[in-house]
Amino acid sequence: MSEILSFNHITFSYTPENAEARKAVQDVSFSVNQGEWIAIVGHNGSGKSTMAKLMCGLLFPEQGEVRIKRDVLTEENLWEIRSQIGMVFQNPDNQFVGATVQDDVAFSLENNGVPYEEMVIRVKEALEQVKMEGFINHEPHHLSGGQKQRVAIAGALAMYPQILILDEATSMLDPQGREEVLKTVQALREKIGLTVLSITHDLEEALLADRVIFMNDGKKYAEGTPAEIFALGDQLVDFGLDLPFATKMTKLLQAQGVQLVGQHMTEEELVNDLWTSNFNK
Amino acid sequence: MMEKMIFGRYIPGNSFVHQLDPRSKLIFVFAFIIIVFLANNIVTYAILLAFTLFVILMSRIRLYFLVNGLKPVIFLMAFTFILHILMNKEGAVLLDLGFMKIHEEGLKQGIFISMRFLVLVFITSILTLTTSPISITDGLETLLNPLKKIKLPVHELALMMSISLRFIPTLMDETDKIMKAQMARGSDLSAGPLKDRLKAVVPLLVPLFVSAFKRAEDLATAMEVRGYRGGEGRTRYRQLKWDIKDTMSLVLLLAVAATLWLLRN
Amino acid sequence: MDIKLQQVSYAYSKGTPFEKYALHDVELSIASGTYEAIIGHTGSGKSTILQHFNGLLKPSSGTVHIGDRVVEAGKKAKELKPIRQKVGIVFQFPEHQLFEETVLKDIMFGPMNFGVSEKDAEKRARELITLVGLPDNILEKSPFDLSGGQMRRVAIAGVLAMEPEVIVLDEPTAGLDPRGQKEIMDLFYTLHKEKGLTTILVTHSMEDAARYADRIAIMHEGKCVLTGEPRALFADSATLAKYRLEPPRVVRFQHKVEQMIGKKLSKVCLIEEELAEELGQAIREGRAEQ
Repeated sequence: MSEILSFNHITFSYTPENAEARKAVQDVSFSVNQGEWIAIVGHNGSGKSTMAKLMCGLLFPEQGEVRIKRDVLTEENLWEIRSQIGMVFQNPDNQFVGATVQDDVAFSLENNGVPYEEMVIRVKEALEQVKMEGFINHEPHHLSGGQKQRVAIAGALAMYPQILILDEATSMLDPQGREEVLKTVQALREKIGLTVLSITHDLEEALLADRVIFMNDGKKYAEGTPAEIFALGDQLVDFGLDLPFATKMTKLLQAQGVQLVGQHMTEEELVNDLWTSNFNK
Repeated sequence: MMEKMIFGRYIPGNSFVHQLDPRSKLIFVFAFIIIVFLANNIVTYAILLAFTLFVILMSRIRLYFLVNGLKPVIFLMAFTFILHILMNKEGAVLLDLGFMKIHEEGLKQGIFISMRFLVLVFITSILTLTTSPISITDGLETLLNPLKKIKLPVHELALMMSISLRFIPTLMDETDKIMKAQMARGSDLSAGPLKDRLKAVVPLLVPLFVSAFKRAEDLATAMEVRGYRGGEGRTRYRQLKWDIKDTMSLVLLLAVAATLWLLRN
Repeated sequence: MDIKLQQVSYAYSKGTPFEKYALHDVELSIASGTYEAIIGHTGSGKSTILQHFNGLLKPSSGTVHIGDRVVEAGKKAKELKPIRQKVGIVFQFPEHQLFEETVLKDIMFGPMNFGVSEKDAEKRARELITLVGLPDNILEKSPFDLSGGQMRRVAIAGVLAMEPEVIVLDEPTAGLDPRGQKEIMDLFYTLHKEKGLTTILVTHSMEDAARYADRIAIMHEGKCVLTGEPRALFADSATLAKYRLEPPRVVRFQHKVEQMIGKKLSKVCLIEEELAEELGQAIREGRAEQ
């Protein structure tokens, strides 16, 4: 497995002149491999979004280095590296540059000097991948939040990025919008093996990841598979997060004296366990 | 009130006029503004009016919408008409009301000036009603492109314009929302002396500015991450296509201009 | 204060080519002291209806009764201010309405508009800041120096400071992290109980509707299509599906369990704790039978 993105002992502070002040990100290291889905979770203010800014060179670390593939991100290769990163931000309205859906998808392509004929092909292809091809001439204020975010994903895909970063991309959406976006990302993973890094406080979203990095107060508190992270149980709640439905339900049932074998993250697992441990005897 | 204004709004459609290239429409409108001044007698004004109605017909915009939506402008027109009747004292007296006299020239000039006004407003409205703001921007950018040589930042201006257009509905919604939120907190924008009303604008403007700045900041970040660094080396996705229709419509306009030239006094 | 909507329709841009009906003949009554949730998918008319509760929008046809006051289509509404003082609305992302130099002044803005004296308004602000879970010293700060979650609380305090009898909440927890969400919802629930407020929650979240509401109204394509108690309403997945809604997660889970064990539990459970208890009991009874 080849590494696509890595943080090596990154420290960052918004007020570097004040050595006493709390660092927004402190000594964080992790890496993302090709084809993986990584979720970075933490409460608001835990340093998640600062990490997103460090990944695309909107901020540069005080200490440590960010690598994309094998290259260290610097002022010199910034634009080259940005063309390999697709990023979707939180507010669907504030990242829609084009007048219509197709113009917006073409924006990165135009910036990178892609010839017209190729743009037409890539825009169409990208919109098909997010199932928005029927909205090609729609203006943003006639789209729902979920649709706008799918267009933003298409805009990123058109550049054939190495990695797609979702910076709280679902937090301002209604439940349907959230589901739409997550389904789209899942489908892309299956179809084109896209590498995804999602920054979120939605634990159901984190469940979809291969690996979860749990941030607290600028530090990496834990890293592991969703199962390992959710086994932390109440610690997650103490740090301002929640447990996935099935995990919470398991705990409540166990408190009622219902026999269950271990932790559960999905409803299916829990239902099956309930059956085998309690009814099917 | 604002909802009823039709001026500056775009109604999507597929008429002949809708299909024209924005460049030909822009040239058309600018040329038309000059041509209007060729008319100076009843025949030429009649031709001008007939031609305008023909354009409206071709655009398939209902005349009712135009008239209804242009009410505020029509009021202005009536005003200039009355002004002319009162001020112009040339020609035979048509009507003597004692305290004022209506002169032939006054009536004629009054009608002509209002007619000129009417056709100009109709034609420019047809431009904006049948061309999306973004197409107008594209058209302007291409037409103004030669001015890059004299260091006019045409690309930047066009981008600014298209982004502003893109954010108008968003900011309108935002204004409405903030206004409602403050009204719900008892702020009153429509009553009381002027001083109080001005004070009531502050709770609206401050949040609006804060949010506009936040949006601008977010947008700048998104644009930067998506690789925007000025017009240099950029390609264009929006392509304009000049069609035979465009040439035809300009030729037609030229023919109308020639006719007016021949028939004017 | 009772709120009653009779045959309320509302059209945006009425009389223009852009005219669009957002509400059709809505009938809805909310009794004083009720916690009512209004649910429906995006575009169902939820946010249009909520603006009728304090006269921000006037119906295109029909009548809105708010307490003993009436807002009627076609008639000039006399004094809306007393209505607005009694019905407070917490809009979605309420932090966008902050504008004053200090948090204190911003919270005092509402009550002072309704003629409360400066002294009393300040007293309310000082009480409320603790109630919404913020430290006292924040009152002197600029609202724009606060974090998003803190700004939200300040904005909420600003609405509560008017001491409304009815409080309307439009997605009050959107964008907050899970802890923030729970704290805000619990805050409103406590207020509802302690002060006997009428609370109207407009939300996408079936979970919040199930957990907090006494009654639920479903909006669909501009109509109020169904009202009832949460337990009855959420039991009927087929009807909900017609309105592009799903029962809350707990209820869906309960259905799965019931299907597996081949029998129904004694009631539809609305929150996780309740279901755990029900299931626990069912299992204990099962064991006892064996």
